[in-house]
Amino acid sequence: RKPLSPVSAAMDAASSLMGGPSSADAPTDGEHRMGTTIVGVCYAGGVVLAADSRTSTGMYVANRASDKISQLTDNVYVCRSGSAADTQVISDYVRYFLHQHTIQLGQPATVKVASNLVRLLAYQNKSMLQAGMIVGGWDKYEGGQIYSVPLGGTILRQPFAIGGSGSSYLYGLMDHEWKEGMTQEEAEKFVVKVVSLAIARDGASGGVVRTVTINEEGVKRSFHPGDKLPLWHEEMEPQNSLLDILAAGSSDAMVQ
Amino acid sequence: YNLERRENPYVTGNSVIAMKYKDGVIMACDTGASYGSTLRYKSVERIKEVGKHSLIGGSGEFSDFQEILRYLDELTLNDHMWDDGNSLGPKEIHAYLTRVMYNRRNKFDPLWNSLVLGGVKKGPKGDEKYLGMVNMIGTHFEENHIATGFGNHMAIPILRGEWREDMTFEEAVKLIEKCLLVLLYRDRSSINKFQIAKITTEGSTIYPPYALKTNWGFAAFENPSKGAVGTW
Repeated sequence: RKPLSPVSAAMDAASSLMGGPSSADAPTDGEHRMGTTIVGVCYAGGVVLAADSRTSTGMYVANRASDKISQLTDNVYVCRSGSAADTQVISDYVRYFLHQHTIQLGQPATVKVASNLVRLLAYQNKSMLQAGMIVGGWDKYEGGQIYSVPLGGTILRQPFAIGGSGSSYLYGLMDHEWKEGMTQEEAEKFVVKVVSLAIARDGASGGVVRTVTINEEGVKRSFHPGDKLPLWHEEMEPQNSLLDILAAGSSDAMVQ
Repeated sequence: YNLERRENPYVTGNSVIAMKYKDGVIMACDTGASYGSTLRYKSVERIKEVGKHSLIGGSGEFSDFQEILRYLDELTLNDHMWDDGNSLGPKEIHAYLTRVMYNRRNKFDPLWNSLVLGGVKKGPKGDEKYLGMVNMIGTHFEENHIATGFGNHMAIPILRGEWREDMTFEEAVKLIEKCLLVLLYRDRSSINKFQIAKITTEGSTIYPPYALKTNWGFAAFENPSKGAVGTW
């Protein structure tokens, strides 16, 4: 696989992977991919993970309400992007290993250990996998942590991470708006805004924004439905029907 | 053998440059790792200490570089456990890496890196400075100055012209910065955040990241279309 920019990853891989129908001939065939926008940020006291909910096969949206943030342990979750199958299997294996590790260790696994397990699978099977993941969690040693595990199996700890095809649209935004030491509320609002901006421009991302907040107290899952997200440039307030607009009499009807 | 196997790099670091100087070896690179054409990670350390006597600089696929650092951890740990007063020097580390890289290449499963290995160790002739490189196909050699990636094209000519035996630290840093600047101007994947490291008999120092001033104040830059409309 060529070094793919995140934007072309979903499209290119869908056609080249199987050697079968390209997304142009058979837009509804092809491997399940999560075009995706995934984000993880550290705040003062924990982490917030966020993702969109679109899973596509070619041009068809196979699942418009997927859950791309999977639990690895009580205190560590992972955001998944790339091939749906690959990332599901990786997180299943890591969950299995961490379960046994926790029993042996006698205490919750650290975020670092969980991330490294993800890395091992990603690195050792790099020629066969298309999985870009963001691992986030909280442990008593290092507090909230975010680890990026992109294609290839590199592992990098970061104060915030973005991934998936939608992340292309977020580099500039994060460079501009990211700040250290946000409060929990600021961080949750921020990631919802950021993912929804990516959804606005990335065809492979869409649906709802799911967030998972992890801190010393525990884990909180949130759901932000598509119709409750902020509106951006050239987007309009949704209506029930044209008829309502006309009835209100306030439209600038273009009458010839 | 997997005769079809041909890995491709995903997250890549670019040039590493290094040279011998009076007190030891100096090595430098930027702190960026790209993902295709995206400058994705901008605070990455691509020069690390190895044992007591060496520095390693890595360009190419970053996950492979991280794995190589783990191999080196194992190697130096085992070396330390001998507890015999001896420790692996840069020449030995370089030889080990060469074997690793060449054997992977023979299996059509390369570690997609160019590695620079520099250090100082006491030898029969006193303190011996060492600098060498090895790449993904197993090509390896020693030299007074080394560069990987774009550095081969942009930095080596400068180093060949201006490197001298017994440069002071200050002179060496100035020359390295000249090369780093050229790479910043002309290598698309470079970023303006650098790390310089040195290794001497006293030990190694990896300096904190910093940025360099760039010069755009040429009259010809201000309005290039003036005399030739449509020029680029």
